[in-house]
Order: sequence, then C-alpha cells, then structure tokens
Amino acid sequence: MKLQPAPAVRKRRGARLEEGGYFWFIAPAAIVVAAVIVFPWVFTLYMSVHAWKLGGTREFVGLANFARLLGDDRFGWSVLRTLWFTLLAVVAPVVLGLFAAIVFNRKFPLRGLARTVFILPMMATPVAIALVWTMMFHPQLGVLNYLLTSVGIPASQWVYHADSVIPTLVMVETWHWTPLVMLIVLGGLAALPSDPFEAARIDGANPWQVFRHVTWPLLLPYVAVAAIIRTIDALKTFDTIFVITQGGPGTASETINIFLYLQAFAYYELGYASAVVLVFFVLIVVLSLVMLRWRQRLAEATK
Amino acid sequence: MTSARARIWKRLEKIGFAFAVFVLVSPAALVFLWMLSLSLKNEADNTAYPPVFLPNPPTLANFATVFARNDFFTFTMNSIITSFSATALALAVGVPAGYGIARAKAHAAAVLILISRMTPGLSYLIPLFLLFQLLGLTGTLTPIIITHLVITLPIVVWVMIGHFEGLPVDLEEAARIDGANRFQVFMRVSLPLALPGITVATILSFIFSWNNFIFAAVLAGRRTRTLPVAIYNVLTFEQISWGPLAAAALCVTAPVLILTLIAQKQIVAGLTQGGVKGG
Repeated sequence: MKLQPAPAVRKRRGARLEEGGYFWFIAPAAIVVAAVIVFPWVFTLYMSVHAWKLGGTREFVGLANFARLLGDDRFGWSVLRTLWFTLLAVVAPVVLGLFAAIVFNRKFPLRGLARTVFILPMMATPVAIALVWTMMFHPQLGVLNYLLTSVGIPASQWVYHADSVIPTLVMVETWHWTPLVMLIVLGGLAALPSDPFEAARIDGANPWQVFRHVTWPLLLPYVAVAAIIRTIDALKTFDTIFVITQGGPGTASETINIFLYLQAFAYYELGYASAVVLVFFVLIVVLSLVMLRWRQRLAEATK
Repeated sequence: MTSARARIWKRLEKIGFAFAVFVLVSPAALVFLWMLSLSLKNEADNTAYPPVFLPNPPTLANFATVFARNDFFTFTMNSIITSFSATALALAVGVPAGYGIARAKAHAAAVLILISRMTPGLSYLIPLFLLFQLLGLTGTLTPIIITHLVITLPIVVWVMIGHFEGLPVDLEEAARIDGANRFQVFMRVSLPLALPGITVATILSFIFSWNNFIFAAVLAGRRTRTLPVAIYNVLTFEQISWGPLAAAALCVTAPVLILTLIAQKQIVAGLTQGGVKGG
C-alpha cells in the first residue's frame, strides 16, 4: 500500500472523506436505538395519557395522570427525598474524590496497589455489595455498630430508622462512586500546566495558597464534569436503595425511582407510571442543564 | 535549630499523608475483607457478638452450599449468556456506528446517545415489558439480552466515537486514493488501529451488563434470572443465613473484580473519557 499521496490530491480526497456516505455504518445501530431506546420514549408518551392497568382496561384520560401526580403527596415527598439524597450523594463523593485525587497525584510507596484497591468499589456488583452492607447494618449483630461502640460512639439504627436511612444510603453510594470522581479529577491534575505552580513557588506561596489560588481554579472544570455525572447518576440511583431498603422503613427512603418501580411493577399502574417517567426525565434534564450552565459560567469566569 | 524543626515538620507531614491514604483506602478494603470473612466462617461465628473477625478455622462449607444448589449453575449460565450476547451485539452494531459518527461528524447522533445515558433504566422497561408480553417472549433470555443493549450500546458507541476521533485520517485517505471503498478502509485500516478502543468498550460493556440488576429483576422468570437477581431473591424470600449469602455475593462480584485488577488501565482510560455508567 502506498502511503505517500500527492499533497494536492490528498486535500481534495480528505474533504470527500468527511462528506458523509457513512449511512450504512450507522444504520444498524440506528435501528437498534430506535427499537430499544426511541420506541420506549415515544410509547411512554402515549401511555402517559391513558389509564392503563396491566391485564385490565385502557382508556384515554388526557392529562389526568399528571393532575393526579400533582395531588399525590407520596410522589411529592419522593421528589423532595430524591433531591435531598442527590444533594448529599453529589457533595460527599465530589469532596472526597477531590481529596483522594490530590493524595493519589503524589508519589508514595505502594501507590499502584492503594489506587487499585481504591477503585474496586466502582466496578463491584451493586447488588452483591448491598447484601454485604445489609449484614453490616444489622442493629444487634452488625459489625458497624460493634466498631462504633468500641470507639465510644453510640450505635446507629442505620437503615432501620427514618432519620438515618438516607444518610446511610448516601454512605453506600459514596463508597461506590467516589473513585469515579477521583479518576476524573486525577485526569485533570495530570493535564495541569506546570508554569503557574513554579511561579507560585518562586513567589513564596504556602501549600494552602497554591491550592486555593492555582490548583483549584485550574481543576474546577474537571470537578464540574464529575459533579454533573454524579448528579445524573445520583438521581437515577436504584439498585442500592431497592436492595437494602425497598424504600423503607415505611416510605422513608422512597425516591422517585423506587416510587416509579412500585407504581409500574407492584401496582401495575402503567399509565400513571409513564407520567412519573416523564416528570422524572424532565427533572433530570433540567438539573443537568442548570449544571451545564454553571459549568459554562465557570469556564468563562476562569478565562 | 531551624533545620531540626523543619525535619520534625517534614516527619509530621509524612505521617499525616500516610494517615490520609489509610483513611481513603480502608473503607474499600474493609467491605471486601468483611465479605470474605463472612463467607469463610461458620454460622455460629457469623452471628456471634462481638463479631469474630478472622475465620478460625476457615471453612469452605458456605461455598459448598452455594455450588450444591442446582439452580446456581443455571443462573451463572444466564448471566454469562446475557452479558456476552449483549456485549457482542453492541460491538457488532456499535463499533461501525462509532466510526460513522466520528467520520461524518454526526453530532446529533452523539447527543442522542448522551440523552439515553441520562434516562433512568426503569423508563425503558415499562414499554418494553408490554412489548415482550405481546410477543410472548417473557420467560426466555431474549428480552433480558435485548434490554441490556440499552446499557451496552451507548457505552460502545460513546467509547468508539472518542477513539476514532483520536485516530489520524491520513492512513484512511491514503487507502481511499489506492482505490479502497469506505467499507474496505474501515475493515483493513481503521478497525485494526481501533483494537485498543474496542478492548476498552468490551470490558466496560461486559462489566456494566454483568452488574445490571433492574432489567432482569423485572423481566426474568424463575429459570431466567441473572446472578444479581438470583442473590437478591435469596435474600428477600428465603431468609438464608449470612455465610452462604456472603459466599454467593462474592461469587457474583468476583469475576468483575478480577477483570478490574487485570484491565485496570483500560477501565480507567474508558471511564475518564466518557464517564460512562449503565442503568
């Protein structure tokens, strides 16, 4: 194969290469996406304006499902709970992940091993891990209460009390996903230019000043990306909550996703559940856009 | 005097740093070690208070209990078939698509993939559940494999777009001038160069399919459960004791953990590029 074409020809051909004609490359995937992703979206719209009970009747009801959602206190609480859970499950992993990235950016003995252990939770099967946490949370026999009381901290009810269930689930979520934040920020640290740091050192800045005025502004875009990804994932959290509490005790940990699951697959209210899907989706998109705007403003401010 | 103080400061800083590493790594290590400990102890030690930390003597009885169940093998096969099929199908259609999107600069398609990444997995399930009922496919592995494409396909396409965009087009242009058509260029020039990207896509897609719970939780019948669904059912409906449960949980997550240890570099590269996650 000749690899040295004449420059003039190369330019013209290069333009043609980008012109399109890639239809057949994309078509098979487009069919699959249409079937398993776009069809459900469209059909959900259709179902959401029907009273649709599985194995029962189906009747056009217009926006009645949405009106019912507005008046449904249980749904209202699940939205507030989801926002509270999301706030905690974004802030905790982002703060810890930022700290971890700064630590892992330094060279120290056994760093490779420590980092490997640190990122394992991210890939571990959530259901399997949730089972282990469930055993650790046991109020009488659980190892966590033993560890707490042995250092003089009073035992906790963990997921068995309405006041502590959300923070406890956030802890599990933080355990799972702090590594992802760490990896994103670590990637950012690796890409930082070295000039500002040398300038700061020459100016006699102490480590805190270097972090506050040099590292932090340069890292902010990466932290923002991590925060956006975490927000989307935290809103969608299902496995951990469902396996550990199924939304309990009572409805104390019933987030939108759990509410949605129960409506669809426990009560078989498919029309009503479709309305929940739409509201949920809008919420996710709106929050993502707000965060994207925030990221853009950050980018402009640090320019 | 000052140098002595500086040395003490340096010492303190080192100790503080070591402590920070310890605090960061120990939660991860402790959960996995406790899982291992539970799985290697007999029932008396597992329910003892204060807890017994080191299995003494360690027993494999819990694993024997798990493997002795005749359905454990079925569920393992279900998981293997589902994850491999969903990954293979996603690669078959997703790698060319990633190439096409990258070369045709089809940003709208990339945005579609991004939106699908934002949609909760449950919202795909309601329509697809109805569809599979209508088609009479419930009770087979087919619906589970198809729904897993919701996770695996966006991962593959996303990773491959990034990878193909990073490849120089010079070689492809040269091949075109030599008379190769687009398909030949893709097969003979681009695909071999994309092998590292395909590896990353395969590993991530397999792991997130293997870990997925929700699709099979809704769609699986008694014989078509995947491993995560199977162990969840054991926990809720059978009130099985802790030892075998921990052993089963360890068996379910072990393949993924081993894969992470082997392919850490690829996984880190893929995740930091796309921030992909299934579900």
